Amino acid sequence: MSELLKNSIRFVLFILVQVFILFKMPPLHRFITPYLYFLFVLWLPFNMSRTSLILVGFIFGLSLDYFSKTPGLHAAACTLIAYVRPFIIGLLISQEGADKNYISPSITSMGWAPYITYTLVLTFLHHTYLVLLEWMSFGSFIYFLGKVIASTAVSFLLILLTELLFYRKQKFRTNTI
Amino acid sequence: MRNVFLFIRRHFNFLFFLVLQIMALSFLFRYNKFHEAIFMNASTEVTGRVNEKYNNIEYYFQLKKTNEALVRENLRLHQLMKENYEAPDSSKRLILDTVRYDSARTRLKYNIMEAKVVGSSTFLQNNYLTIHRGSSGQVRPNMGVIGPQGIVGTVLNVSENFATVMSLLHRQYSVVVKLKNGGERGAIEWDGLNPLFVTLKDIPKSAKVAKGDTILTSQISSKFPANIMVGTVYEIVPDNSSNFYTLKVRPATNFFNIEYVYVIDNLQYDEQKRIEDSTRKKIQ
Repeated sequence: MSELLKNSIRFVLFILVQVFILFKMPPLHRFITPYLYFLFVLWLPFNMSRTSLILVGFIFGLSLDYFSKTPGLHAAACTLIAYVRPFIIGLLISQEGADKNYISPSITSMGWAPYITYTLVLTFLHHTYLVLLEWMSFGSFIYFLGKVIASTAVSFLLILLTELLFYRKQKFRTNTI
Repeated sequence: MRNVFLFIRRHFNFLFFLVLQIMALSFLFRYNKFHEAIFMNASTEVTGRVNEKYNNIEYYFQLKKTNEALVRENLRLHQLMKENYEAPDSSKRLILDTVRYDSARTRLKYNIMEAKVVGSSTFLQNNYLTIHRGSSGQVRPNMGVIGPQGIVGTVLNVSENFATVMSLLHRQYSVVVKLKNGGERGAIEWDGLNPLFVTLKDIPKSAKVAKGDTILTSQISSKFPANIMVGTVYEIVPDNSSNFYTLKVRPATNFFNIEYVYVIDNLQYDEQKRIEDSTRKKIQ
């Protein structure tokens, strides 16, 4: 299956899962909003140009926004993580030329520790920005902090589960340069 | 000039990021301010269709037939409620020799239409419902929306087949309600913290309030008929510095599983609005 088709299917699936499963769940606690959709941005291929990465992030966030009736909220957060992603990958890539030999970021291509750091940092960034925007007039700092940390923890757990349930096989490609 | 182009080329990614970021933020804040976005009308139509598809599947699990029958029954009962009617001023007509009109006849003031909820949210600070009835079904903005258990919100935006409803769980939502016991009026608002509770303000401390007291709609809020259930007092927040109570209210409507709502069309809403506005103009 071509990468474009694969990612298009993922685009739709992540939006549907977020809107019709995670948003429909009764809240566990007022701090916790389970987010998983932005994993799409994290899974995009290595070889995408930075401009198209940002553009895809924006469109992806905006399409979620139209379901939750908050135009711009998720789009802003997704654009941010799509912009920051290449820097984090550049810092964390441990295996020599992993971004050339593998298609997209995963546990196989990056190794456990770097991949977990990569998801944690971007999840945290995404949630901080999202909650900050949601609470431009937020009164209590504790609420802001609590919501960011609790939501990050829950999202991270969800991402880990997704990684384990839907294990992505990644072929080692040679002669890529 | 050359330097400008060089600068743009060099920092193209960052500038592109900034542009999209500003676009997103302007969507967000324009929307909050004016309650409408440029694309909202068309997108409601699209997301409404998807929501409807999903709802068709989900609805199966919610006992289709029973629900529908109950809604029809409720609708009929609501229509018969005396708050929907108002008596004509009969003292004037008493002087007529022959009564051409049946003076006991009442006039319909509120028209009630049922609608299916095809999308809803409770997890944000500004929550909306999408209902499957739009301008082709006589829904207009500013109509009140109630559920089988109590009030739900106000219609905000209407497309051809769908409408979005600003729910009680919206930080900009406010509606005038009254205590069932004393009749004192106050405003219901939501602080955005917990979707299980809303706040009732502006009830004077002279009123007698106890935990568990019922709160009903008031005819002051021209969008709802009087005496529709709003919720019950859950807690009286102590505040000695003010002459007004702050009450924590548990809404009667369960926003997590609401399936059907009734849209209320106040047939005299425009007239009332017109005279109120013209009065305001006269004073100025």
